[in-house]
Amino acid sequence: MRFQPLRWVGVLPFFAFSALFLIAPTLYIVINSFRSGVSAIEGANFWTLQNFRDLMTPSVINAYWVSIKISFFSAVLGCLIGFAMAAAVTFGQLPRVLKQPLLTFSGVASNFAGVPLAFAFIATIGPAGLITLWLRNEFGINLRVLGFNLLSTRGLVITYLFFQIPLMILIITPALEGLKREWREAAAILGATGAQYWRMVALPILFPSLLGTLALLFANSFGAVATAIALTGPSLNIAPILLYAQIRGDVLGSPNVGYALATGMIVITALANGLYIWLRTRSERWLK
Amino acid sequence: MAFLTISHLVKDFGSLRVVKDFNLDIAKGEFVSLLGPSGCGKTTVLRMVAGFEAPSLGSITIDGQDVTALRPNQRNIGMVFQAYALFPNLTVAQNVGFGLKVAGMAAAEQKARVSEMLDLIGLPEKGPSYPFQLSGGQQQRVALARALAVKPRVLLLDEPLSALDAKIRVSLRTEIREIQKRLGITTIFVTHDQEEALSMSDRVVVMNGGVAEQVATPFDIYNRPATRFVANFVGALSTLQARVIDAGAGRVALGEVEMTLSGPVPPGPSVTVALRPEAAHLGRGNGRETVLQGVIRDVNFMGSVIRIKADVAGATLSMDTFNRPDTPPPPIGSQAEISLAARDLIILEP
Amino acid sequence: MKALAWFSFLFGATFFILPLIGMAEFSLSMLRGVYSFEAYRVVLRDPAFQATFLYSVMMALGTIVLGIGLVVPTAYWVRLRLPQARPLIEFITLLPLVIPAIVIVYGYIRMFNTSSILPLTGSVTGTNILLLFGYTTLALPYMYRAVDTGLRTIDVGTLTEAAQSLGAGWVTILGRLILPNVLTAVLSGAFLTFAIVIGEFTMAALLNRPAFGPYMQLMGANRAYEPAALAVIAFGITWACMGLISVVGRLSKHTRAAR
Repeated sequence: MRFQPLRWVGVLPFFAFSALFLIAPTLYIVINSFRSGVSAIEGANFWTLQNFRDLMTPSVINAYWVSIKISFFSAVLGCLIGFAMAAAVTFGQLPRVLKQPLLTFSGVASNFAGVPLAFAFIATIGPAGLITLWLRNEFGINLRVLGFNLLSTRGLVITYLFFQIPLMILIITPALEGLKREWREAAAILGATGAQYWRMVALPILFPSLLGTLALLFANSFGAVATAIALTGPSLNIAPILLYAQIRGDVLGSPNVGYALATGMIVITALANGLYIWLRTRSERWLK
Repeated sequence: MAFLTISHLVKDFGSLRVVKDFNLDIAKGEFVSLLGPSGCGKTTVLRMVAGFEAPSLGSITIDGQDVTALRPNQRNIGMVFQAYALFPNLTVAQNVGFGLKVAGMAAAEQKARVSEMLDLIGLPEKGPSYPFQLSGGQQQRVALARALAVKPRVLLLDEPLSALDAKIRVSLRTEIREIQKRLGITTIFVTHDQEEALSMSDRVVVMNGGVAEQVATPFDIYNRPATRFVANFVGALSTLQARVIDAGAGRVALGEVEMTLSGPVPPGPSVTVALRPEAAHLGRGNGRETVLQGVIRDVNFMGSVIRIKADVAGATLSMDTFNRPDTPPPPIGSQAEISLAARDLIILEP
Repeated sequence: MKALAWFSFLFGATFFILPLIGMAEFSLSMLRGVYSFEAYRVVLRDPAFQATFLYSVMMALGTIVLGIGLVVPTAYWVRLRLPQARPLIEFITLLPLVIPAIVIVYGYIRMFNTSSILPLTGSVTGTNILLLFGYTTLALPYMYRAVDTGLRTIDVGTLTEAAQSLGAGWVTILGRLILPNVLTAVLSGAFLTFAIVIGEFTMAALLNRPAFGPYMQLMGANRAYEPAALAVIAFGITWACMGLISVVGRLSKHTRAAR
């Protein structure tokens, strides 16, 4: 087909906008993370990996590591609990009226993130929260003494679950509904028990979706800033907050090292999202 | 003692009685079709035999064993579904071997049996393929192989050909019947397509509204329908009103022409009779002593068969004649003599 | 099995209801010993609340307008004239989900600072525009997917040809033919955008704009009961937006163009 430049006029505004305000800023960051920046000592800008080497301080490595841990645990727990709830409502022979409200609520809850979410959890299981006080006054259970503190990484994981679980429910419910009733019946008539059906047919079919959603939840949590800052303050050592501090006031010592930090984050979220998309395409191929 | 006995089977869904007192005895190795329109209960009966629905009343016995309370995975029955239901994550070979694996068969034996089955359905080289790589007809054959691999006592087929193209339907129909005969497996086949039912079955059960209206060989279903519904549902039919002259002697009249019917004439001034299109002929002929006068209304040239519609005795009669190259069909509007044998007239109950 | 299902469901339901109850109860407890709306009264009367809330609402509306203006013509054009561009455009609309917002705004601050060609951060208006563009970028995936789905259900090609044969120009076609028929989809995207922008924190904070998100965070750092009230308000807004989306969805059955 001949290249007809005039046809592309209609999409020009979109491309111009996304080029200028989405792609270019991101590329600016990524490219400059490989540049040394103008410095008094070395002079002009040149290509280097030094920024990434400078990044590898124990503190920064720890920040990445903690972020990865938080994202991983909130993703895994979100997957397990979300799967259990979605399966309960789809197969568990619960009253059918429960399903739509669950999905609607999941739609709301998956968007209720950020600052207000942190407030809700502080009000509930924070140091002076509703449940904290109730447990202490009614049962003498002191959460603090038992080692639980909301304003910590563990508390952050629990808070993140509030939008991770609904996201899992929203994504996995269509996949569960896609499990044809005939597969279950065919397996049964061939002699399989329920457990054998799940092990040999259903879970393998769902596996790409499950793993893919795990990756998506991971990426979702990794880039989140607002909830963390509102919950634990700007001093918790996780990658997004470190970047926040860097943007605010160059805590890493050089703008280009800041770029490297951001690039590191992009690589991680891009890998996770890439995994999600790849797995989703694969599972769609099977189920044609 | 029949091999498979369905006794007084009833199924209610809430206040709706979908199957009403269904009874059927099937001999070992017999191929029986359940034929009927949508909603007649045929699939429900099949699913009760399989164990996916529990009967509200009644029992099902296979080879002397009452299976009514058994779960589907305990009945040793094979089933082929309309939508194939092949497991998409397993290869063809793994699908066919599924029941064997679940039963704990040794791997070498599994392989041999799977191979045997793939040969049986004519797809020996498709073992490593996945279902999505196969055509509809191929997938259904794999589904058949999967069902038969475990050597079930009974084979159930739930409208297995409905999702396929017309041509594949016809060829697969023959193949299924051949395999069934070769293995001698007792089979129940559910369909709404009368051609399938008539061409494949040892016996046909015509169902309507949750009951079996007639259970008979295809020949009897077609030529001696027991009820008006069966007569109308199976094959084409023309109906005429005949005036009763002498009910006891079976004398009736179509227009001015009198004839004697074979079979009891119900009391009343008139009786409805029906005729298959191949039983009426243009012109006179041996053995067809009743001659009616008619006017040709429509000629449908379908190739080897020509279907002619004529106004006769106040009703429209359909006639099927074979094409004869030297005799063109009569023009529309012309007068014609139509002859038939009175004993071919089917008496329909009022 | 059924017991396990009930257990999972109730466990999850409890997990979700408790924080909502917690924040509601906390927000009503400002006056010692008695439930009252005092926290809400304080918040609603606070001029900072009113100013930042208004600011975010205006931003949200602006984002919606810009988003519609950008997405609808593009999606229409791609469907009609340029299906080859489709994969590329879909990829671009996925990028804001992959690249964290904090990185995008970092790029803005570095690229559009006072020593660049487009010194947007140099002025208040410029920074406001930058924030608007940032929000539009964040909303892009949701807007595009909503509009694309909406366009898919109406036969864009035939409608356009019919309109052209009657002499309509592009603006007329888009404005009076396409837009009304994808209104449901557009409104869904709009409500979702509103919910996202209202509570957004990262971009607003780093660009130092007086939006609702940073205001809430400031309250959280300094006050005890008002944040809970703010959380209830924010949750209420999110819920209203989602609710409006499904209301609009149900109404659309009567207004969709016949095929």
